[in-house]
Order: sequence, then C-alpha cells, then structure tokens
Amino acid sequence: MIAQLITSFIASAAFGVIFNAPRRALPQCGFVGMVSWGIYVLMNASYSTVLASLVATFIVGATSIVFARLYKTPVIIFSVSGIIPLVPGGLAYDAMRHFVQNDNIAALQLAAQAFFISGAIAIGLVIAEVLNQMLRKLATKLQ
Amino acid sequence: MEEKIDHLTYEIIEICLLAGKIMLQSGAETSRVEDTMTRIAAALGIPRSHSYVTPTGIIFSTDGAEPAKLIRITERTTDLHKVAEVNSVSRNLSNGDITMSEARLLLREIEAHPHTYPIWFQIVAASIASGCFLIMFQGGWFDFIPAMLCGGLGLAAVIFFQRLVAVKFFAEFSAAFLVGLFAFFFTEISIGYQVDKIIIGSVMPLVPGLLITNAVRDLMSGHLVSGLSKGAEAFLTAFAIGTGIALVFILF
Repeated sequence: MIAQLITSFIASAAFGVIFNAPRRALPQCGFVGMVSWGIYVLMNASYSTVLASLVATFIVGATSIVFARLYKTPVIIFSVSGIIPLVPGGLAYDAMRHFVQNDNIAALQLAAQAFFISGAIAIGLVIAEVLNQMLRKLATKLQ
Repeated sequence: MEEKIDHLTYEIIEICLLAGKIMLQSGAETSRVEDTMTRIAAALGIPRSHSYVTPTGIIFSTDGAEPAKLIRITERTTDLHKVAEVNSVSRNLSNGDITMSEARLLLREIEAHPHTYPIWFQIVAASIASGCFLIMFQGGWFDFIPAMLCGGLGLAAVIFFQRLVAVKFFAEFSAAFLVGLFAFFFTEISIGYQVDKIIIGSVMPLVPGLLITNAVRDLMSGHLVSGLSKGAEAFLTAFAIGTGIALVFILF
C-alpha cells in the first residue's frame, strides 16, 4: 500500500510535467493523485470499481477546487493529474486484446465496464463542481 | 475624437483575442476562455462583450458597431503553465494592478514563451510515470525498467511523429504500435516478464486525460459544440492507441 501511494504521487507529479503544469503546483498535483488513488484502492477492496472511481473522482474534484482557491490557479491544473490514475486504461487494453482474439463477448463486457468507469469519472467531477457552485451561491446569499 | 475611441476599442479587442488564443491553444476549458475574455473586456471598459469559443476558433464581438473578429486556432498543445499565467494577468487587470499596455506586453511575453519543461525532461517524466503506473497496476518491480523504457519511447515517438506528419491520430497510433512492439521485444529477450502490465503502464502517458476532463466540463457548462468535439478527439485518440496495440497482437 505504501509503495502504491508513493508511486501514485510520483506518477501524478510526472503527469504534471507532461502537461507543463507550473513548477510550484507539481507537489499539489502529486498529492491530489495520491489521495485519489489511495481512496480508489481502499474502496475497490469492498465495493465495485465504478463506485470506487466515482468517490475517488469526487474527492479529486473537491481537493482541486480547494487548491485552486488557495493557490489562485485554474482548477484544471490539479484535477487533470488527479484523474489520470483512475482512467480505465487497463480495462480498455484488455477489451482490445479480446477483440483482437475474436472473443467478442468478453471484449464487450470489458468495454462496457470501461465505459461505465469513464462515466463515473465524469459524474464525480460534475458533482464536485455543482456542489462548489451551490456553496458559492449560498455564501453570496448569506453575505 | 471618434477615431481615437475606435482605435482604443480595437486595441481592447486585440488584447482579449490574444488572451483567448493563448488559453485555448494551451488546453484551457472553453468556459474559462470565454470568462477570461469577458473579464478583460469588462476591466478595460467594454462591459458587454460576446464570445463564441470552439476548439478550432474564437469569435469575439463587442456590443457596439465594431465588426466581430475571428481567430482561427490550428495548433493545440497542453501547456497548463500558460493557462495559469494568462489567468493571473486577467486577475491583475480586473483588480486594476496593471494597465492595458502592461497587460498586452505580458500577454505577448507569455505567447512567445517556450514550454515550461524541455522535451527531454518531459520524456524522462513520462518514463518515470510509466514505471510508477506499472507498480500501481500490480506489476512486479522486475518489469519497472522495461516499462520505463517503453513509456519514454512512447512519448518521444508521439512528439517525433507529430513533427513528421501533422496528423495527430497517426502519431498516436504509431507511438502505441512502437510501445507494443518493444514491450514484446523485452519479454522475448526475457528482460521483462508480464507483457500486459508493461504495455498498460507505458501507454498511460498517451492517454487523453486532459481532453476527457475538458470535454466533461465543457458539456456540463453548456458548451455543447466544444464538449462534443473534444469528446470525439479523446475517443479518436483512445481508439488510435488501442488500434496500435492491437496491431502488435495481430502480427505476433
């Protein structure tokens, strides 16, 4: 588990470099990626992969919004590095492999799962965004 | 007198378009580009402006009699540093910390800036990321080095092929093919053991993560045209990677 956390931190920060993120934002990028992967691995042990991805992306969205406020930088810098580990690359790969081997039924199952996980990632980001907007409206109303 | 005002308006439009162009070329989401342009225009004295931003072009007009201006975007890269820089210029301009001419100077500077990190450093980062992903996907440490080599090769190949031919999907397809080929080669000569894990780890730097996030955010904020076209681009990229890998499996 510790190796998983360390590697996810390094991998996410390295993705910050590939996306040309500002140098001072790289540790935060790594942190967001580490948190998202840690939650995903913990949840995946007892719940479905789709639910784990949903919760993990929601946390990514929320932490990214907090970081964006703190460091006055666009949200996208943090959220991109955070969701990269959750992208169902392995499943998509397996699906492709089965398609190539003419095992279409197994391939379709895997492809459907990859599709649902992508959807979960999208919805997780959206929920975080919507909650942020609601809180903002509430804050301006209270003022 | 009237001519002077017109000149000023044109200058404001030019600054807005420059800011929008840099942001869009660097991979910002559509709503942020529109928002920044409107904010800059408002800070410089045009309270009501309209912008229509798609991944391939920006149309910007003021509410007055001036003609709308169009900018064509042909090249898109990912440079989040520039997005953050333009964002802070617009923020400073709204707060009144810098003047119009200072803002224009800053934007020109940002536009001329090279990437934050040199290419070799990005390739090194890609190979480290690939190695780390291998561990995250339950691969063994003995495959760490082959995954690093394949991952670095993958990103280098994408950058190289994109310079060679302008077709982005072909570059991704060939890079994925090379990654698969070398992963097979490494397992053949028993430097690597699990070919699946090596390929999955080293293909990750090619995955269109930024496009997926941007597509979702655009769709949710009502920018349907941008959202759908970015989604299509992400899908095509994923498809190109998958086909490149599949071709290796068909051949061997």
